[in-house]
Amino acid sequence: MKTYDAVVIGGGPAGLTAALYLVRAGVRTLLVEKLSPGGQVLMTEEIENYPGFPKGIKGYEMVDLFVEHLSSYQLDRISDEVRTIAHEDGVYRLSIADEVVEAKSVILASGARYKRVGTPGEELFTGRGVSYCALCDGNFFKGKTVAVIGGGNSALEESLYLSRLVEKLYLIHRRDEFRGAKCYQDKCTTHPKIQVVRSTVVDEIVGDPFKGVTGVKLSNKKTGEKSELAVDGVFVFVGFEPVASFVPAGLACDKSGFVITDCEMCTNLPGFFAAGDVRSKNCRQVATAVGDGATAATAAYAYLEHLHA
Amino acid sequence: MAIQVTDGNFDQEVLKSSIPVLVDFWAPWCGPCRAMGPIIDELAGEFDGKVKICKMNVDENSASPSKFGIRAIPTLILFKDGEVVDQTTGAVSKSSIKDMIAKKAL
Repeated sequence: MKTYDAVVIGGGPAGLTAALYLVRAGVRTLLVEKLSPGGQVLMTEEIENYPGFPKGIKGYEMVDLFVEHLSSYQLDRISDEVRTIAHEDGVYRLSIADEVVEAKSVILASGARYKRVGTPGEELFTGRGVSYCALCDGNFFKGKTVAVIGGGNSALEESLYLSRLVEKLYLIHRRDEFRGAKCYQDKCTTHPKIQVVRSTVVDEIVGDPFKGVTGVKLSNKKTGEKSELAVDGVFVFVGFEPVASFVPAGLACDKSGFVITDCEMCTNLPGFFAAGDVRSKNCRQVATAVGDGATAATAAYAYLEHLHA
Repeated sequence: MAIQVTDGNFDQEVLKSSIPVLVDFWAPWCGPCRAMGPIIDELAGEFDGKVKICKMNVDENSASPSKFGIRAIPTLILFKDGEVVDQTTGAVSKSSIKDMIAKKAL
């Protein structure tokens, strides 16, 4: 069995930054990423709010730069899924695909993913009209009609992206007011291709087994009125959930399952740190993920020094 | 490395293949597809001679993706004797792809 001083779980901005700080400090580190590095940044078309890139940068270009920054350092990597983590005798035992590794410390930077809205038809038509990635799947709906479900920043931002491709877009929000930033709200509500449908929930996504999605059944929450819209696709942006099904028993999480830390990224378990979107916090950005990663690595380094002292 | 297939050679390479075939439908604009790319290439090495691992760029080929009703990528479709035996959409880990191949194709 291989043993490490630190295992970083997740290859998004938080995990890559944590790994960078650890290897630069000479810590024997393993980086575990389910896919190739990048995380949710890869699903972002353009990042316009990361300092140092005044003209904006494509999500994948930023990832390439992060990866390149790490390439000259000695770092072990596994590209597969962590299945379980057990905490015994002060050591973390991680089962990753068919392997088991031991670590003195763990930095959990496994991120978050889009939540399902939980409506009938959603699962059945995922990949056949139901999508969670406008950047990936928008091109399949060129000149077509789609519905976007949600009212936060993601829903508004992705609607604006999709409006460049589709003929018509219904933005369906269960509340009267949007939660997303005012600048996006204004653009969406005045956009000629976007029709905003407020105080409305999707009761069912309908379709046929061959054609995929053909429409959505709606109800107005104020009037109770039922209606149906013909759409070729449904994009769901109703918030995020943590990727944390494999965390060790006893790890403290908030009621949505995000991991609770202090401002040094320490969790309630000794030697177990969390960074980035998986953490319980308000602001989930590349800039904050990078900060979390650096802070967690520094805290892990201090913890390891203390162990070896 | 995975074999790049096109609408032109899809019948020959995939449907008429004597061994099972996994096709990764992808496009350069798709982030999760980029994240999967290297894993697909690794699988090509690991299953050499047992399962043919292919990639199809849906940006350059539209007939085959539309024939299989693909409206989201990455989509992986596993073929055996010219028939679809399993498929999955969205970025998935290497071990879950290996599980799918072991269960449905070998």
